[in-house]
Amino acid sequence: MKPKVAFFDFASCEGCQLAVLNCEDVFLNILELVDIVEFREAMSETAPRFDVAFIEGSIHREQDVQRLQDIRARSTVLVAMGACACMGNVQARSNFIAPAQNFQWVYGEAERNSLQTDPEFWPLWAHTRVRAVKEIVAVDFELRGCPMVPEEFVHLVKSLVIGSTPHFPANAVCVECKMDENECVFDHGETCMGPITYGGCKAVCVTGGYRCDGCRGLLPHAHREAHRWLLKEKGLSDAHIDNRYRLFCSTQFQGREKP
Amino acid sequence: MTIETKTYSIDLHHVTRVEGHGNIRINTRDGVVEEVKLCIVEANRFFESFTRGMLPEEIPWVVGRICGICCVGHQLSATRAVEDAQGIVVSPQTVLLRKMLNESQFLQSHVLHVYFLAVPDFVGAPSVLPLIKTHPEVVKRALRLKKLANDYTAVMGGRTLHPMSNTLKGWRKLPSPDAIAQIRDRLLAAVPDLKETVSIIKTLKMPPYERETEFVSLKHPDEYALYEGEVFSSDSKTGVAVRDYRQVTNEFTVPHSTSKWSRWHREAYAVGALARINNNFDQLRPQAQEIAADLGLRVPCFNPYMNNVAQVVEIIHCAYNSLAMMETVLNNGLQEEDIRHTPVPGRGFGAVEVPRGILFHEYAFDASGRCCDANAIIPTSQNVNNIEQDMKAFVPQMLSRMSKEELTLHMEMLLRAYDPCISCSVHMLDVTFVE
Repeated sequence: MKPKVAFFDFASCEGCQLAVLNCEDVFLNILELVDIVEFREAMSETAPRFDVAFIEGSIHREQDVQRLQDIRARSTVLVAMGACACMGNVQARSNFIAPAQNFQWVYGEAERNSLQTDPEFWPLWAHTRVRAVKEIVAVDFELRGCPMVPEEFVHLVKSLVIGSTPHFPANAVCVECKMDENECVFDHGETCMGPITYGGCKAVCVTGGYRCDGCRGLLPHAHREAHRWLLKEKGLSDAHIDNRYRLFCSTQFQGREKP
Repeated sequence: MTIETKTYSIDLHHVTRVEGHGNIRINTRDGVVEEVKLCIVEANRFFESFTRGMLPEEIPWVVGRICGICCVGHQLSATRAVEDAQGIVVSPQTVLLRKMLNESQFLQSHVLHVYFLAVPDFVGAPSVLPLIKTHPEVVKRALRLKKLANDYTAVMGGRTLHPMSNTLKGWRKLPSPDAIAQIRDRLLAAVPDLKETVSIIKTLKMPPYERETEFVSLKHPDEYALYEGEVFSSDSKTGVAVRDYRQVTNEFTVPHSTSKWSRWHREAYAVGALARINNNFDQLRPQAQEIAADLGLRVPCFNPYMNNVAQVVEIIHCAYNSLAMMETVLNNGLQEEDIRHTPVPGRGFGAVEVPRGILFHEYAFDASGRCCDANAIIPTSQNVNNIEQDMKAFVPQMLSRMSKEELTLHMEMLLRAYDPCISCSVHMLDVTFVE
């Protein structure tokens, strides 16, 4: 019997689900290997149990926590899909601002006060803080990146179907950047997160003319102190460096490194 | 039970085949509609809060993450707003490249919506997946067209989702003319697929419900406005400058929706493909005007289900307009531009049309050149009020002639016709019939 696969979205841009639909060349082949039983962005059906559940998005409210726990209980394998699910992504920057301040800046003060106490709808507004999926439930595999890399998604699905363990090498982005023969971002006066960021993206942003902002999260054992020293040597202030670290992976930079 | 005494309570949670999370709640008692609510239950992400402290260059790159399907539109609208704040005027080459990037996303998004999200309703399927068996050619054509549009975005922007090549003042890395020529050739070869797309839409019968409303879109003297222009209303027949967009949107908040709502000259207004075509029909490419006539889309059109048809007309427009722009680029060549910029204080405004309607961004920067204020008003948050008004108008008409299941389907189809992007607007749909 084909594995039953489901997709669920929480707070996100839903671009990673779109990235699944964007695997046009192999989409029909994937459907020969698995049964997609729930995919709210693309279909109406729902199902009771899943062999593999893909979770997109970060977790913000009590009602989202309960929904996630329910999905975990009904799934054999659970995959965090994309940077929001893996580490909270850009919206986790809001964790450095008080929730009441976040609401005031987005909705205004009077609205904030009335909405969060609305007798019927207040749970919609009960934002606590932005959390990664693994802060709530056990995660079996992570598909990193904003957006996730379609090739890694296909590799994961193929591995699970044949019963092997998918492998995502823990290289720095710099390794793939060199293989792409890019000029080093540091060499033309810019700064880059590549040296401490988990690779697998083929350094697509540097290849496209930009820098790495670390959307795939930190490498295990990344030498953060050395990286901060490198950025300071390039003239960036500590505040500037903090802002850069908190663009995409703020949940991994809660405090400053030891000097 | 006779029709007149129908008592329904429909609570449709997390409506499918829309982007984002929404519920519809309908309460009827004895054939009288007591309550119709469109509840937007998406979690807050606070983009307008956490962009504070960011550098001008980082803003378009990060706020593209508001939405995956319209990441290009968010990036472009934010780029224009930040450039306005920073006093940057870009070259005609950059404007042309941005128009191409934008139209590549129109093609991708409209194809996705028409084939994956809308067509299944009309053929009675719960999703596109059963069509793989029953209509394999349709699915393969959809995938071919989607891939072409995605590749077009990748050639222009560096990749399909959250592209990185466009920035303030121009392009970090220019697209390759050879790659543009290849996309042009593939687009020319796709004309039969586009014709088939028109044919399939022609066979779909749109529910015949109409409600006169106000249509708001960009309007430009020289072209079908997708990238620049004034904000035009079909009610006042006049435009206002983008910097005065708050006069247009007049945002307000309701407890049952984490998306803010909008209104201008009347209780609600509509944005999107149908609004653009109603306001700017004469500026569509001639091929698109012909297709509109062929598909029975005559302006003004007040049937919201016809937004599906309007999207197909725009697919044709963007395809032919893109071919013309590609020729211009290939004839003129592309020049490297200096994109270095030192941040300055200031406030700026930007608007572009994205597949779902007009999109506003506003940013202010303090003396240190970092963001100190941000606002974004998304098409779906402008449409939700209009959708709820449609529901309030149509449910009483539908109640007398439909079963609960048909009514639920028609409400879902109505919501999907607007192609709502709910993850953006919180920054949609369960139907609940309360019995």
